[in-house]
Amino acid sequence: MSTGTAPVISCKNAWKIFGADPKGYLKTLSEGRSFEEIRADGYIAGVRDVSLDVHKGEMLVIMGLSGSGKSTLVRCFSRLHEITGGTIEVEGTDIGSLPERELIELRRSKMGMVFQSFGLLPHRTVLENVAFPLEMRGQDKHARRDRAMEVIKLVGLEGREEYFPRELSGGQQQRVGIARSLAIEPDIWFLDEPFSALDPLIRREMQDEFLRLQEMLGKTIVFITHDFDEALRLADRIAIMKDGAVEQCDTPDQIVLNPATEYVRKFTEDIDKARVVHARVLVEAGATAEGLAIDGAASVHDMAKMLITDPRDAFPVTENGVALGAMPKAKALDVLLDQR
Amino acid sequence: MSAADQQSLPSAPPAFGIDRPKAALICFAVAIALTIAQYTGLLPAFLHRLPESLIPPFADWLDVIFEFVKEDLGLLAFTRFLTEGLEWVLDVTGNLLFGRRRWPYLGPIPWSAIAAAVAVLGYWLGGWRMALLAGGTFLWTALVGQWEIAMQTMSVLVVAAPMAFVIGLSLGITAWKYPAFENAIKPILAVLQTLPFFTYLLPAVIFFKVGPTAGAVATVVYAIPPMILMTILGLQKVSPEVVEAGKMSGCTRLQMLRHVYIPSARTEILVGVNQVIMLCLAMVVLTAFIGMPGLGATLLQFMGSFRLGRSFEIGVTIVLIAVALDRMSKAWVAKQPEHFEKGTPWWQQHRYALIGLSAFVLFYVLAQFIPYLNEIGRRQSLSMGREIDGVMRTFLALDWVTAITGGLRAFLNNNVFIPFRNFLLSIPTPALILLIVAFGLWLAGRKQAMLAGLFFSLVALSGWWDRAVITLYSVLAAVILATLIGLPIAILAARNEKSARRVLLACDTAQTFPSFVYLLPAIMLFGITDIAVIFSILIFATVPLVRYTIEGLRTVPPEITEAADMAGATRLQKLLKVQIPLAFPTMAVGFNQAIMFAFFMVIIAAFIGTQDLGQELQRTLAGTNLGTNFVLGICVSLMALSFDLIIMKWASDRKRVLGLGG
Ligand SMILES: Nc1ncnc2c1ncn2[C@@H]1O[C@H](COP(=O)(O)OP(=O)(O)O)[C@@H](O)[C@H]1O
Ligand SMILES: [Mg+2]
Repeated sequence: MSTGTAPVISCKNAWKIFGADPKGYLKTLSEGRSFEEIRADGYIAGVRDVSLDVHKGEMLVIMGLSGSGKSTLVRCFSRLHEITGGTIEVEGTDIGSLPERELIELRRSKMGMVFQSFGLLPHRTVLENVAFPLEMRGQDKHARRDRAMEVIKLVGLEGREEYFPRELSGGQQQRVGIARSLAIEPDIWFLDEPFSALDPLIRREMQDEFLRLQEMLGKTIVFITHDFDEALRLADRIAIMKDGAVEQCDTPDQIVLNPATEYVRKFTEDIDKARVVHARVLVEAGATAEGLAIDGAASVHDMAKMLITDPRDAFPVTENGVALGAMPKAKALDVLLDQR
Repeated sequence: MSAADQQSLPSAPPAFGIDRPKAALICFAVAIALTIAQYTGLLPAFLHRLPESLIPPFADWLDVIFEFVKEDLGLLAFTRFLTEGLEWVLDVTGNLLFGRRRWPYLGPIPWSAIAAAVAVLGYWLGGWRMALLAGGTFLWTALVGQWEIAMQTMSVLVVAAPMAFVIGLSLGITAWKYPAFENAIKPILAVLQTLPFFTYLLPAVIFFKVGPTAGAVATVVYAIPPMILMTILGLQKVSPEVVEAGKMSGCTRLQMLRHVYIPSARTEILVGVNQVIMLCLAMVVLTAFIGMPGLGATLLQFMGSFRLGRSFEIGVTIVLIAVALDRMSKAWVAKQPEHFEKGTPWWQQHRYALIGLSAFVLFYVLAQFIPYLNEIGRRQSLSMGREIDGVMRTFLALDWVTAITGGLRAFLNNNVFIPFRNFLLSIPTPALILLIVAFGLWLAGRKQAMLAGLFFSLVALSGWWDRAVITLYSVLAAVILATLIGLPIAILAARNEKSARRVLLACDTAQTFPSFVYLLPAIMLFGITDIAVIFSILIFATVPLVRYTIEGLRTVPPEITEAADMAGATRLQKLLKVQIPLAFPTMAVGFNQAIMFAFFMVIIAAFIGTQDLGQELQRTLAGTNLGTNFVLGICVSLMALSFDLIIMKWASDRKRVLGLGG
């Protein structure tokens, strides 16, 4: 995560309201009106005053219960939904003001999206589905075939390229969806609960596959899930949504250690914190300690045995050869033992 | 309306719920009082029937409007221009299919070549059985010597069906894109679907020249509405994720429509195609009434001269063609693309097209040497029409047969039909309108009751009240009889799965028959008499009744019937107390369709000889009296729409109450 450069997506005070006259309603909306009050007025607040940035190469996971506005927010990023208020900038351009032509151009060159129930075109073969975005931007037949074959190989569907979607299993269909979204080599990759419709076993396999792809491609990713474990496995940062608003947006460690609201605390209650919290966030900068250093990327769970057997009161922590400071044993033990 | 309102809607009691039945009762009482007054001679004449002097000359007004549109707005010039283009296309198909002497002077194509190609098409769509049905139909047509007239009919069908498809699809897309347009055409479509077909015919003749062109135009207009409706339905059903996937793939609006929406709505669009084909066939046959040569005209002529054997053979041909077209187009709906392994050579990928083409060419060439494969003249044909004519005639002349049909006829006429008709005619106009309003209030709601009352008042104002009442009488008599006959059949059939499926299949098949064919058995049994009219409507209307009753009974959830069993209900109790009440909304849909079908058939039955609106309508066909033709057609449509509004509203209300889903 490189916070120094400009964010890829920058979302400021974004609102999305569904209803008869959303714009007019938003103007009259008083500060701090709750989701329920808005609903009582006959409107639904899909996205409520959301501000967040997505940085280059990071994976932001959006988390929340069903109906909390995750899909709506992501659709605002790609302007599948027109926002009611606020601004959303993608690589510095305000997408709300783009004319249709340029919006299409942006999607054709920069964005890819994967859907929960795949969204495949039933009358097209795997190959034709994957090549679809290339066809739409007018690439010639051979070039798009070659490129489509490349991504089909990448997602491990070689040999199935002449099949129709209904001849494939759910996991395979989602591989087609992933391949299609990657065909144009997008810089920004949106995934809306891509694995939720799959069996748990397949889901796990697809997550591994996805991590492998991400390692290789290093894209900027916005990933939606309602499954906290999935979020923790994948995320650089997690944004937790409730009733259209972002409750907290932070690294997994910070979310479990310092929940910003009661809602987030409840959410993280049952999580095995020792697996989420890493040494680097427990460090007290400036402090020093003696002896063998531990890696900043190690989780408390990884260190559990050492915490109990090692007599030191603090441990030096280094990451990538840089000394970060010292981690007090008590802090780590708190995390390890703070479980109901 | 807010989401909260929507949630509370189903449970809230309807406004004025209490006094609606009371209002119905009041209307009913007033109607009875008026009728009693009429019988006791106390009713002033102007309350019995609207005085002639009060009837506005709608027909003349309409004529003025038509005249204006036709001449001053240049519509006639425009349609004559269209006629030329259409005529050219029809000449081409006419030349190819039955050798009309026009460009390109190639035809007629040998029957064997067409039959072979169609058989291969059938095989591709549905295996050997479909090949047999498709090829067999065409083989039969040729063998009984009806090839030429069948091809006359087909030459219009192959032009009209694609036209109706394209126009319907475009209008459907427009309506889906612009809800304002959809709202504007929905009522027009409702009227079009209830308008008697004679009302399609006359304008077609006036604007598009007698003969195949007018026939094609009337057919196209008649077949468009379902295509529009199916297109809208299909496009609305495309999953939002597929749409979003299209947008994220960078589709422009046109690309969205062409590559995403239309292919994803394939199933509904193809169901629309199936309906277009079936309606076109039904209508093409009926264009016989404006002198379109073909199967319909020949059937009309044979039936008119009471040559039943030959009529029967043509009836069989029409039915076979209908069933073959229906099954083939339905197989097309169900056909899903299959993938070929990589490296499959192109001739293998297109093998059916190639086999079909080779069969066509093979028989084309063979036919040059073997005349029998080229053309089967009437003399060489295997037609048994003349013999069957004789057999039928002797059969119908047998003493006991005449005794039965004659007796039945006399009994029904004297004791049921004529008294019923006279009774309906004796009801004062305002009383009948009030009865309809009461019916609407009782079953549906204020809005439906008001509309129905308004519609019937318009019929009264049209000046054709007596004719309309006779039409209504035929419809009601036939539908009541159809209910008496159809319900027991359906209830028996629904008792077990196997028989239910068999009867449903029979009904589905019967519904594909062009309506005209239903006249045949009626005429065979009862000759050209008024009983035959009722009888033909009766069979036509029984089909949907049986079908929907079975469907309604079958969809009663098993938990509920099991609960009834556990409660110790007898079979009859279970049927009366549980199954029928739950199936009633669905049955009502069937009942409604029976009435719609009856309104349709009663007009066709004018051919046999009636004294109703249909008869008058048929009479207008001979002239250029567009205004009268329209007024008559709208009268039929308004009566049918009244029933449609009331019954469908009741059925959907009832379904909601029973929690069976909208
Ligand atoms: N097109 C729409 N019209 C009206 N309400 C919508 C629409 N799309 C979503 N909503 C509402 O917005 C809220 C958020 O929905 P969504 O973003 O789909 O939630 P999630 O993806 O988190 O499950 C829900 O209350 C939903 O009912
Ligand atoms: Mg969602």
